[in-house]
Amino acid sequence: MKQQSRFILSILSFGYAFLYIPLASVVFFSFNASNLATVWGGFSTRWYGELFRNDQVLEALFLSVRIALTSATLATILGTMAGLVLARFGRFKGRTLFSGMITSPMVMPEVITGLSLLLLFITLQQITGWPGQRGFSTITIAHTTFSMAYVAVIVQSRLVSMDESLEEAAMDLGGRPLRVVFDITLPLIAPAMIAGWLLAFTLSLDDLVIASFVSGPGSTTLPMLIFSKVKLGVSPDINALASLIIVTVGLGVVLAWLFGRRRSSKAQ
Amino acid sequence: MAIVASAKLSRANGLVQKIAINRNKETWRRIAVAAPYLWLFVFFLAPFAIIFKISLADPIIAQPPFTPSFDEAGRLTTTFSNYSFLLTDKLYAITYLRSVLMALATTLLCLLLGFPMAYGIARSNSSTRAVLLMLIVLPFWISFLLRVYAWMGLLNNNGVINNLLLWIGVIEQPIPMMYTDFATSIGLMYSYLPFMILPLYASLERMDMDLIEAAQDLGASRTKAFWDITWPLARPGVIAGCLLVFIPAMGEYVIPYLLGGPESLFIGRVLFDEFFINRDWPLASAVAIILLVLLVFPIVLLQRYQARNQEAGS
Repeated sequence: MKQQSRFILSILSFGYAFLYIPLASVVFFSFNASNLATVWGGFSTRWYGELFRNDQVLEALFLSVRIALTSATLATILGTMAGLVLARFGRFKGRTLFSGMITSPMVMPEVITGLSLLLLFITLQQITGWPGQRGFSTITIAHTTFSMAYVAVIVQSRLVSMDESLEEAAMDLGGRPLRVVFDITLPLIAPAMIAGWLLAFTLSLDDLVIASFVSGPGSTTLPMLIFSKVKLGVSPDINALASLIIVTVGLGVVLAWLFGRRRSSKAQ
Repeated sequence: MAIVASAKLSRANGLVQKIAINRNKETWRRIAVAAPYLWLFVFFLAPFAIIFKISLADPIIAQPPFTPSFDEAGRLTTTFSNYSFLLTDKLYAITYLRSVLMALATTLLCLLLGFPMAYGIARSNSSTRAVLLMLIVLPFWISFLLRVYAWMGLLNNNGVINNLLLWIGVIEQPIPMMYTDFATSIGLMYSYLPFMILPLYASLERMDMDLIEAAQDLGASRTKAFWDITWPLARPGVIAGCLLVFIPAMGEYVIPYLLGGPESLFIGRVLFDEFFINRDWPLASAVAIILLVLLVFPIVLLQRYQARNQEAGS
């Protein structure tokens, strides 16, 4: 390996410190006994206890998880189709518009996506009477729309890096197209689909702005609840909730990464 | 004779089967295209037409709070007054300008920190590189809101940084950092840094390091080698990274709200407030349309670069 220059090494350490010190500080202060969120007053786990007795938090968490499970699944189905189309179907009429509609939701400012979907739901309601009440279904549709783009891109890049000859061989041997997809293509892109599903799940669980637009009275997702508390400033119970999320997600990502690495080194 | 006939027959059978499979394949292709296409068309593209329609209406106190496009006599009632108001009102012009400038500053800061980081990651040996990359991606998975919240705890007057500096004795009064543009920039940079590093890394990783050594062996200075070799090769990544940071940063709502304080003028916030607090839906729609017009060019540019990168990658 080539020697890294001192400049690069110091920038790297600074960069990683910048990324991780804020998170570490939240976790640290979640064990603070003091009512003041950022002044140390001794070790305590009382804020965690209070969290589990808070019905509002549990209810919001339950709604968020339900939305995330549904929208991630829908997004994986539609996104996989879109990824297949982009990677395997060559040029067809309307392809430019198609790929444009796939990539734009990923960078579109959330306020625009949120506003446009809310106005769509209201117009639909005027014309068809659906959706009568905004909440679970409207948030799920909104989340599916922006997260299917991420799934599509992940599946597409997996397909592009993959040899097409296996599928062609199966076709030549007389495999029915649907069989070929289920027996050959899907198993090959399964890791990409799982990664896409997980990303869609987290994106849905994290979204605040779009959900604020398209939700109705009585449906408060976890980020909406956190935001309404955070608006008032830093508080110890939010520190505890944040730490739980940070540590759970962090451990999950590291474990998934270690698992993926072991598998790929075995494959070699 | 019979053998020839049966061979012909079986060939014909095979042909029929093949045609059937092809037709079947065609149907499935259509479904695979149509399902996501239709979904995106209805839930992503069509709503923009609705925003545009409402941006041409007047606000009224009703449900929904805007005038219909046609009155009872069937005459068109659209108006451009929202647009002329936005374009002549100084406050909105300043807000758009400030959002563009803050997004540009964020992009530049991310590039300045992200480029050497991506370079360092691309140059480390493969096991370190895997760990470093994982640590760049990890914050992606942690709630965006909570990452911004983490900075509130650091930047407050009573926050971790001020307390630490007071304790060391560097300062006697807490430095006001919260609710400033400084806080907003830090929050933006913190949230969007991984978006810059990943495409930069992707283009730097493909680069052949021997090229730089060769240039230096041939007498090029380090700076010259950088500008003549590294920079042109990294450029697709630089452009993709800059656009991935700039576009979403332009419309940011949460970060200026939580870190920038009540006075922070940001177009995403103005849109949100016009809609939810003033309930002026037509004006909020017009704000969104103008923001969209500003972003169309960068979005199209990003798409072209991504298509090109994908072709280069395969």
